[in-house]
Amino acid sequence: MAGQTLYDKLWSQHLVKERDDGTALIYIDRQLLHEVTSPQAFEGLRLAGRKPWRLDANLATPDHNVPTTLLERAEGNTGIKDPVSLIQVQTLDDNCEAFGIEEFRINDARQGIVHVVGPEQGATLPGMTVVCGDSHTATHGAFAALAHGIGTSEVEHVLATQCLLAQKMKNMQVRVEGTLGAGVTAKDIVLAIIGRIGTAGGTGYAIEFAGSAIRELSMEGRMTVCNMAIEAGARVGLIGVDDTTIDYLWDRPYAPRGEQWDAAVADWRELVSDGDAEFDKVVTLDAAEIEPQVSWGTSPEMVANISGEVPDPDAVDDETVKHSYTRALSYMGLAPKQKITDIRLDKIFIGSCTNSRIEDLREAAKVAKGKKVADSIKLAMVVPGSGLVKRQAEAEGLDKIFLDAGFEWREPGCSMCLAMNADKLGAGEHCASTSNRNFEGRQGYGGRTHLVSPAMAAAAAIAGHFVDVRRLDAETAGAAQPQEA
Amino acid sequence: MQKFDRHQGLVAPLDRANVDTDLIIPKQFLKSIKRTGFGVNLFDELRYLDEGYPGQDVSQRPVNPDFVLNQPRYRDASVLLARRNFGCGSSREHAPWALADYGFRVVIAPSFADIFYNNSFKNGILLITLDEATVDRLFKAVEANEGYRLDVDLEQQRITTPEGEILEFGIDAFRKHCLLNGLDDIGLTLQDDAAIREFEQKHRQARPWLFRDTLHVEPQGEAS
Ligand code: SF4
Repeated sequence: MAGQTLYDKLWSQHLVKERDDGTALIYIDRQLLHEVTSPQAFEGLRLAGRKPWRLDANLATPDHNVPTTLLERAEGNTGIKDPVSLIQVQTLDDNCEAFGIEEFRINDARQGIVHVVGPEQGATLPGMTVVCGDSHTATHGAFAALAHGIGTSEVEHVLATQCLLAQKMKNMQVRVEGTLGAGVTAKDIVLAIIGRIGTAGGTGYAIEFAGSAIRELSMEGRMTVCNMAIEAGARVGLIGVDDTTIDYLWDRPYAPRGEQWDAAVADWRELVSDGDAEFDKVVTLDAAEIEPQVSWGTSPEMVANISGEVPDPDAVDDETVKHSYTRALSYMGLAPKQKITDIRLDKIFIGSCTNSRIEDLREAAKVAKGKKVADSIKLAMVVPGSGLVKRQAEAEGLDKIFLDAGFEWREPGCSMCLAMNADKLGAGEHCASTSNRNFEGRQGYGGRTHLVSPAMAAAAAIAGHFVDVRRLDAETAGAAQPQEA
Repeated sequence: MQKFDRHQGLVAPLDRANVDTDLIIPKQFLKSIKRTGFGVNLFDELRYLDEGYPGQDVSQRPVNPDFVLNQPRYRDASVLLARRNFGCGSSREHAPWALADYGFRVVIAPSFADIFYNNSFKNGILLITLDEATVDRLFKAVEANEGYRLDVDLEQQRITTPEGEILEFGIDAFRKHCLLNGLDDIGLTLQDDAAIREFEQKHRQARPWLFRDTLHVEPQGEAS
C-alpha cells in the first residue's frame, strides 16, 4: 500500500466518525474568532440554549473592522466611527466575555489579524485542525496544521460540537524546486503558482507545497504561500514539518514546554508526507524561473512578470478567457500589451494576513530606506499584522524608515485588504497591494488592485509606477532626469 | 432548534403570489449582527409607509393600516397563509429568521422556493404545501371568519380546520424527524456526542499539548 500524504495523516488523526453519505465529523483543535463572522454564531448558541463545547480551543481578536490610525485607536472601541463596525467589535467583546472565551481586544498588544496572531502566539501548532470564519485560514497550514476557512453556521457548529462536517479532499502536490533569484519572495512564488494552475486549479484539493525552494523559506514566507492556497481554489494549503517549523514554535506563549515539548516535537516530526505517498496531481515549478510578479487583472491568476506586459485579449483563442481579459482590462483601465512597468500607482498598501509580518516589513523597509515616496502617490501605508509585529518593527527602527520615506505607519488590522474600515481606494485608483485579492471593488468601489510582494510595493511607492525591485536604484537615478513621460 | 410537533394558531392571509425574500426582509437589514430581532422588519416595505433602516425606533414609524398583519384581527397570528412561489429570490437565511422572530411557525402555500424551503426547516418553521384549490378555500374561510385558527399536527401530517375538516399534507421523512425532535445540523451532530467525547479523550491522551488545560505551562498575561 502506498504511504500517506500529510493531508491523509491529519485527516485520519481527527476523524471522529464517517457517515454513510460520505461526510465525516472531524474534531477541531483550534477555532479563531473575529468580529465579522461570529455574531450570529453566538446568537445561535444562545437561542438554542447551548454552550461552547470546549472554551480553551477558542481564541478571538477583532481585526476586519478596526480603525488603523493612532488617533482613533487611542480611544479604543469608541474610536470606531462606523456604527456597524463598532457594534460588531463590541459584540465580539461581549460574547467572549459572556461565554468565557479568551480575546485579545482592540488595544491589547497581542491583537491583530487572526492569521498573524494565531501562529505568533503558538496557538497554531503542527498536527492541529484549525478553523476560522475566514477563507484565508489556509495560512496555518504552513505549520502542518489542517486549517479550513468556514462559514458562520459552521462557526456555530464548531463552537457547539467541537467538530466540523467535512468531506475528504483529493491530494495535490505543488513542488517548487531550485533556488529563488535575489529579490524574489514567497509572494512571487505563490502568485506564480496561481498564474500557472489558475484560481480553480486547486478546487477540491488539499495542496501540499514542497520542494527545495519551499524548504528554504522561513515560516513567515511559508505562511504567505499557504495563505493564498484559497486563491488557487484550494481550501487547504499545507507544508510538512522540519527544523524551521520547530525552531519557530520554541518558546511561543501557547506552545508546550518542558517534557511536553519533547513529546510534541517527536510527534510533529511525523507530519510529513511519506516518501511513497501518492498524490492525485503534481505540479512542478522551477524557482530560478520565477520573477517578481504583478497582478494586472481582477483575478489573482491574472499575473505577469515584472518584465512582462499586460496580455492582448485578441491574441487569446478561448472565448471565455478573451471575454474575461477584456472585461478585466476595461475595469483596470489598462491597454493591451501595456508594459507592467508603465502602470502608474495612486496608493500603496503594505499589510494583510498575506504580508504584514516582521520579515515583510523588513523587506519593504530595506527598499524604502533613505528614499522618498514619489510625489504622485497619494497615500502609502504600512499596516503591521499585529501589535507585537508593530512593537518589534519599532524596536528595529523600521517605523522611522517608513515615516522618513513618506509612508504612513498604522495600527494593526485588516485595513485596506478588504476596506471594511475607513481605509479604501477611490474609484479608478491603482494600488500596489501586498494583500491577496484583486477582485473588482475589493479595496473600495471602483478601486484597482495590483497584487505584489512587500519589496515590490515599496519599490513602486518610490518610483510611482511598477519597477523591478532589483533595478530600483538604477531606475530612480534615471528618473531624476526628465526622461520619463 | 425549536421542536415542532403540534401547533394551534391564528391564521393571517397574505394574498400575493411570488413573495420574494427582499419583500420578506429588505437588504438594508442584513448588516445586523443577529439572527433575531428581524421580526419588527418582517415585510418592512408592506408594513410601514416610510423607508426602513437598521436601528430605527419602529414605534415611531407610520404604519400601513391596509397591510394584513397590521389589522387588529390578525395580531398574534402564527400561521401564514400565502400564495404560489413563496420565498423566491436570494438565499438569505434572514428571511426565515424574520418570520420566526415575528412568531410564525407555519406557512401554508401552493408552492415554495427551494432555498427558502431548506432554510425554513433549519429554523424550525414548518412549510406546508397544499393544492391551489384548497389554499383558495382557506383564504376565503379566513377572511370570512374572524379568529380563524388551524390545528397543525406534524406527527399525523394533518391540519384540522375550525369546521372539523381534515387536510392531509406531505413532508419528507428526514425533515419531519428533524423538526419533531428539534434537530438542526448541530442537533444531529450532538446525537454523536458520545463518539465525540470518546475521541476527545483519546486525543487528549495522545497529544495533551493540544489542550490548554493540560498544557505544561499556562500562558500568562501579555507575550513579549
Ligand atoms: S487581511 Fe484580508 S484576507 Fe486576511 S483576514 Fe483580513 S480581510 Fe481576510
